[in-house]
Amino acid sequence: MATIFPPEQEQIIELDVRTDEMLVSMGPQHPSTHGVLRLVLRTDGEVVSEVTPHLGYLHRCAEKIGENVTPIQFIPYTDRMDYLAGMNMNLGYSLAVEKLCGLTDKIPEKAQVIRVLVCELNRIASHLVGIGAYGLDLGTFSPFLYAFREREMILDLFEEVCGARLTYSYVTIGGVHDDLPEGWVERCSKFLDWFEPRLEEYHTLLTRNSIFIKRTAGIGVLPKDMAIAYGCTGPMLRGSLNREKGDPPWDLRKIEPYCGYDQYEFEVPLPPFAETPVEAVIGDAWHRFYVRMKEMEQSARIVRQALRKYETAKGSHRIEPPRHLPPGEAYVETECPRGQMGFYVVGRPTKESVPLRVRARSSSFCNLSVTHEICRGCLIADVPAIVGSIDIVMGEVDR
Amino acid sequence: MGGAEIIAILVEKFGPRIQQTKPDAIDPYVVVDAGDLVDVCRFLRDDPRLQFDMLNCITGVDYCEPDPAKAPKAGFEPHLEVVYHLSSFVKRHRFVVKVLLPRWKDNVPGQLPEVPTVTSIWPAANWHERETYDLVGVYFVGHPDLRRILLAEDWEGHPLRKDYVFPLEYHGIRGR
Repeated sequence: MATIFPPEQEQIIELDVRTDEMLVSMGPQHPSTHGVLRLVLRTDGEVVSEVTPHLGYLHRCAEKIGENVTPIQFIPYTDRMDYLAGMNMNLGYSLAVEKLCGLTDKIPEKAQVIRVLVCELNRIASHLVGIGAYGLDLGTFSPFLYAFREREMILDLFEEVCGARLTYSYVTIGGVHDDLPEGWVERCSKFLDWFEPRLEEYHTLLTRNSIFIKRTAGIGVLPKDMAIAYGCTGPMLRGSLNREKGDPPWDLRKIEPYCGYDQYEFEVPLPPFAETPVEAVIGDAWHRFYVRMKEMEQSARIVRQALRKYETAKGSHRIEPPRHLPPGEAYVETECPRGQMGFYVVGRPTKESVPLRVRARSSSFCNLSVTHEICRGCLIADVPAIVGSIDIVMGEVDR
Repeated sequence: MGGAEIIAILVEKFGPRIQQTKPDAIDPYVVVDAGDLVDVCRFLRDDPRLQFDMLNCITGVDYCEPDPAKAPKAGFEPHLEVVYHLSSFVKRHRFVVKVLLPRWKDNVPGQLPEVPTVTSIWPAANWHERETYDLVGVYFVGHPDLRRILLAEDWEGHPLRKDYVFPLEYHGIRGR
């Protein structure tokens, strides 16, 4: 009988079907990398053995610019770092400059209340994008549309306050740029009346969605010690903590209150949760997602209190900051939607208006640095689910 | 724990190896020699009174006035600082450690000054050190993977140096 292949070639064909290691480049133009992140995956069949993130596609030299402009001129650049939470970025830099100038205790109450108001609204807006886009990564489209519907209302409120929808530059050194417009408080509380019941709808769409649970529960598990060692903060860290084991509610708004956050009543959601599905373990993608959901509830609670406080708040919305930066250096971290955002400002010894050095410690940058640890050994299809649960904004990572 | 107490513990343990202390600064800090950095950091992390288990930030600051007319009045000698911002998850306090370096190793322009890596103490240092190397130009000895992180691999120079000259073009892309 004639054979098509001689025996030695048959052997080669047999060897060819074994799975080979393969390098797959995911991004920078990939819908589920949330911007221009490039991940190089070393895969063996469907299993990822190594992930190497490559950054820098959105690097805009923010720190170099910060050395060449006055602090007030730098505020618009901070907007463009984490462009989903511009208010929180403005606040972080303003607090750093105020700390350097010794203004921290002199900010009037009214300015503090407005700052808390807009920052918490912005946190809601940012988390809405976070969870909406996360659903999109996992293949469910409708939560994204609903999330953007609510976010749109917040952006409308911001537009009334400062004229911009994304890059606000509203919180500034010494307070906020303008007082709230007339009737804004009523419109804001009307929005909250609309928003709070909607959260329950998201829970039905995502939290209790069995496909969503299957995609997120038990994957990308980040142990607490690793989270701390890598400097992970925000929902990323809180999703790995365990209230029952006595972990502190690690939220800077609670443990190092700024802007008078100690006068507000709110909780820091920490696992274990009553709603946790059986498949989920603490520190996995599902917990990170759920922490964000719970934080929106608390933010809405803070906004309600701030609206009440605003009616009686004393003082002006802004004080005049000094024209020159004193020598010295100050480092301030604030709790942004994605974690602790730090700003480090060094003043020149000659008292100039331009700082010697501006450093932005980006929360997404640190959160992303743990990717290679939590993606090791997962499936290719889980990589978007894990990276999405980190909720990065590349503008902040690359600055 | 306040900055002054942390400084007292460090001075008690390391004595003259702590080169400078500044308990009255906005963020109290100590200055150590590059050679002592790893020992001091390990102590800061492992001592039960301190427990600095989180490295928040590593910053390189270039103290230099490129304009020779302004240099005498700048108020500082040209040097480089690497600043480590630490915090403790358990103890809830913060602290700052600094290392002072010459701008160039052996005063040869282009030779990067060297600091030992703290990656073995805090894995978070890995990316921060890469960024500091990339933008400020500090060589971290012993770093497992010291590559540029934000800029392109073939980029020349370290942009956050004060005397950095902006390139006019990059691969045929005109800069200005």
